[in-house]
Amino acid sequence: MDDAGFIFASYVITFGLVGAYALGVIRRARKSSREVPRDERPWL
Amino acid sequence: MSKHSPRDRVTGTPFTRGLGVVILAGITLLIILAIFVSPADVNQGESVRIMYAHVPGAWLAYLAFVVTGISSVAYLWKRTRSLTWDRIAGASAEVGVLFMGISLVTGSLWGRITWGTYWTWDARLTTTAFLFVTYIGYLAVRGLGGTHQQRARRSAVLALLAVLEIPLVHFSVQLWNTLHQEASVAGRGTDVEMDGLMLFTLFLGVVVFTLMYVWLVLHRQRSLALDDMLDDSGLDNALTARRAEAQGVAR
Repeated sequence: MDDAGFIFASYVITFGLVGAYALGVIRRARKSSREVPRDERPWL
Repeated sequence: MSKHSPRDRVTGTPFTRGLGVVILAGITLLIILAIFVSPADVNQGESVRIMYAHVPGAWLAYLAFVVTGISSVAYLWKRTRSLTWDRIAGASAEVGVLFMGISLVTGSLWGRITWGTYWTWDARLTTTAFLFVTYIGYLAVRGLGGTHQQRARRSAVLALLAVLEIPLVHFSVQLWNTLHQEASVAGRGTDVEMDGLMLFTLFLGVVVFTLMYVWLVLHRQRSLALDDMLDDSGLDNALTARRAEAQGVAR
């Protein structure tokens, strides 16, 4: 396959960035939710 | 020390967990189809494989910014005014910036193969970069001080101005003589001239990116709600401490 490096890099960057952002969101939310009682979270 | 079990410390629900599993399966299928199964393009060659990440990234960024605009209208309209709309607007803008960034980077890699350069000051690329910077500015404005209501009002007004840029970006390839190609699927013509498997892979990419968007916005807006609750409880605690201190001085 021609230009395989560019093609693989585009998918590694795409899903790497989404994965890193998702982990960051979950980590931040976990930290905050320790201080917020469960009954104040309407989605639960 | 937490008063809650570890299972409580999340923004997830059975729906988002199920959605996460579907997304992982979709990503796996998309990568297999995009890189190994779908054919090379007659004109673009192998570089067309980057399009299955680049095009959905751009479309979802547009969608995210439109959702930010609609949520901002919902916040500004008195009948529907709620901080939930503000948090959806903020979460959607953040995810939109992420997808726009992905679209810019993957487009740059595609440009290196096809045009021989990572970047050129073409009308589509320039307006897209401008849109990207505008929404980074929107996120910066959200981070300024003030009450939740002040944050919501000023960012809603900014979102309504920013969303006007989207048609400019989308139609830039028709308004100006650009290097960037016109839309292949949702263009001016009614016929789609794409191989069936290529079209299916592109469609799958849009579906997977849409599901990722929903998952990310749900979690992020819940995370923002938790931050707001923490801010409120912190303010309440500070006021209680200040009153106790003032009563101590009075005695």
